[in-house]
Amino acid sequence: MQIQPILSALRRHKAGTILIALQIALTLAIVCNALFIVHERIDRINRTTGMDETNVVAIQNRYVGSPENFVPLMKSDVQTLRSLPGVEDAYVTNAFPLRQGGWSTGAQTDPDSKKEGVHTALYFGDEHTLKTLGVRLIAGRNFSPSEVVTVQPQQSPGAPQVIITKVLADKIFPDGNALGKVIYLAKGKPSTIIGIVEKLTVPWIEWDTMDNVTIMPVLFNSGYQHFLIRTKPGQQDAVFKDAPKALYAANRMRVLPEKYGVRTFEMVRARAYQADRGMAILMSVVCGVLLAITAAGIVGLSSFWVGQRRKQIGVRRALGARRSDILSYFMTENFLIALVGVIVGVILAVGLSQWMFTHFEMKRLSLTYVGIGVVALLALGQAAVFAPALRASRVSPVEATRSV
Amino acid sequence: MFGYYMELALRSLKRSRALTALMILAIALGIGACMTTLTVLHVLSGDPLPGRSATVFYPQLDPRDMTDYEPGTDLPDQITWVDGMNLLRSHRADRQALMVGGQVATQTTDEHTDPFFTQARYTTADFFPMFDTPFRYGQGWSSAEDDARSRVAVISSELNDRLFNGQDSTGRTVRADGNDLRVIGVLKHWRPVPHFFDLNMGNYSGSEDIYVPLGTARDLHLARMGGISCWGKGSGEESKMETAQCTWLQFWVQLDSPAKASAYLDFLTHYAQEQKAAGRFERPANVRMLDLMGWMNDQKVVPGDVRLQAWLALGFFAVCLINTIGLMLAKFMRRSGELSVRRALGASRGSVFMQLLMEAGMVGVVGGLAGLFLAWFGLWLVRLQPAMYAQLAHLDVPMLCLTIALAIGATLLAGVLPAWRACHVAPALQLKSQ
Repeated sequence: MQIQPILSALRRHKAGTILIALQIALTLAIVCNALFIVHERIDRINRTTGMDETNVVAIQNRYVGSPENFVPLMKSDVQTLRSLPGVEDAYVTNAFPLRQGGWSTGAQTDPDSKKEGVHTALYFGDEHTLKTLGVRLIAGRNFSPSEVVTVQPQQSPGAPQVIITKVLADKIFPDGNALGKVIYLAKGKPSTIIGIVEKLTVPWIEWDTMDNVTIMPVLFNSGYQHFLIRTKPGQQDAVFKDAPKALYAANRMRVLPEKYGVRTFEMVRARAYQADRGMAILMSVVCGVLLAITAAGIVGLSSFWVGQRRKQIGVRRALGARRSDILSYFMTENFLIALVGVIVGVILAVGLSQWMFTHFEMKRLSLTYVGIGVVALLALGQAAVFAPALRASRVSPVEATRSV
Repeated sequence: MFGYYMELALRSLKRSRALTALMILAIALGIGACMTTLTVLHVLSGDPLPGRSATVFYPQLDPRDMTDYEPGTDLPDQITWVDGMNLLRSHRADRQALMVGGQVATQTTDEHTDPFFTQARYTTADFFPMFDTPFRYGQGWSSAEDDARSRVAVISSELNDRLFNGQDSTGRTVRADGNDLRVIGVLKHWRPVPHFFDLNMGNYSGSEDIYVPLGTARDLHLARMGGISCWGKGSGEESKMETAQCTWLQFWVQLDSPAKASAYLDFLTHYAQEQKAAGRFERPANVRMLDLMGWMNDQKVVPGDVRLQAWLALGFFAVCLINTIGLMLAKFMRRSGELSVRRALGASRGSVFMQLLMEAGMVGVVGGLAGLFLAWFGLWLVRLQPAMYAQLAHLDVPMLCLTIALAIGATLLAGVLPAWRACHVAPALQLKSQ
């Protein structure tokens, strides 16, 4: 394939050539960064919570009126829920994974430490918590009913026994023998680690230490809380409908918010990652449309060039060029333009990624994506130019003798 | 002439329909994407107090102990009760208000109505004049009523509609967490975007429905909501919030001139030094006072995703525009023959240029209109999202004008280079070669 004639022909179409190359470069820069964002968001969405998320229903509750003590109400409500047909287990808590709101504190080994300690999220619960959440205890034991303590709103929460996650245990006690050790989650309140669970994530989706969680056997005296229910397989829909009715039947003086009051865990998850999903979809759509427009632009411009050069093509054909020669001429021409485009595009893509790294606190673009983008755009160019090139190859040698 | 050019342009556009459609589609998609994202950005980064935001400031102090102290650490976002009260009572600013958010069960004195939860704000007298809240009936309370901890309330027009059917309810009673409060004012619809005075409630949350004097709210133990940050022996124990080592209130001041602002900053520094000398503050005196928009910026109120989307759309628009320029160039160049004939018959270079520009402009107008429609559709899609800011995304007049200007300007720009190139083709050379 002679590249020289192609280059000298392109020199006569400078503006068009530069525009196509520029378009390919910009498309590459945007598409590989956008796909990288899509990939990151999907990774986030697919993170696990450590729970068995199927057959879980979460209810947000708020008591109306101001009794001094909400604890008896909470206890009887949990009993009501546990006695429902279709319910496997239930408990009352302040927060749970993906809830997007909860408590955190610092865990320390030294009661007099001036340091902040290791950050951990706090979940209140009881002996039913592990079973309801479906998390795996890998060391130690579960709480016993007698270990559950009542905490008043003005007290800082602390319990003599706690269960923590493996990640948190390893962080506080790097030697790996956390079980039975004492930690301080509140000033002057020692807590013995009686159990370690494999994995459980914090209530937030954006946190430095996603797996640092402490479960306390605590009933927190407050008018606002969440009931978490594990249903028997296949009973989730029934419990979803019956549980609020049963709660209202037990006591009308409560509000379950219309929005997000009663949710299955699928709904909790969908809500938590809604923004990420939206962004991933938007980015994908933009990539698709961008590629389509670039392809259409190449088709359009190549068609024009073919139309403009019919006579020259005819002359070449008359002088003995085969159809395949004409075809490969246009294919090569596009390849050369696209090659310049992707080279500029790679530089742009890396620059763009660097800019986003500083302005949007994002990770740096992985080179795999640049590679995928380069191959995709070169292939796209070849595919787009194929139809016009084929049309060019069908130009009859007779064209040489015709005037336009 | 204009009509003739128009006819020529139409003829030419009709000759290659697919290509014309592609150009229009590219412009429309680019404009639509740009305007949708820019409108969202425009709404979210708007000024909640147009005309006054430069005179409203958010002073910050650092009352924490030396634990984890490092020079240059960020100041707390909020203020303690003691500092808030000291600054409030010093009256050094033109206006000042101390506040915190809350939530109360609200109902009328009619026993048959069910209570419902409403967002509340516990604040001091200057809140209303400083933030220029519009009143439908009555007015706010005075600082005398603050001091007397009067049982009064200002309610939103939405709550007034719900409780009192929109009638003038001043003088009537609203019950908050079982406490009777006399309504002294009803606001008109007021929703500053962002919810600047307390970002703890959500950057774009709606406004509160009931406003109660801060002292009254503390007396009645109305439920407090929002961020709280403690150090040392501080804990969130509700009955000790007034003395706790916790920051949990927002304090805003209005300073009408730059001279007053710098004087107030001096006063703050002096106050911090005094507190350190008295042993209340342990850290070196460190104060900051940003104006409203500066504080919004500092708190990164506009979501990063929204800014990213706007940039993405701009890039997308650039590709669409380049695409259109390329196509238009190819199209015009292909008509060199026709243009050469016109030139040879006496048309000036300028009139050929104008003719081609007219063609480009037509693509721009149609593409712009289609883009406007797409933007309108895109914003409708945005409003379907449940994000707190979603329902705010509406196209306003400035953005509408910007859309149209952007469309026509962009396409003319896209037309200039191709038309310029095409009208510089030497007619003789073209005619001879054929």
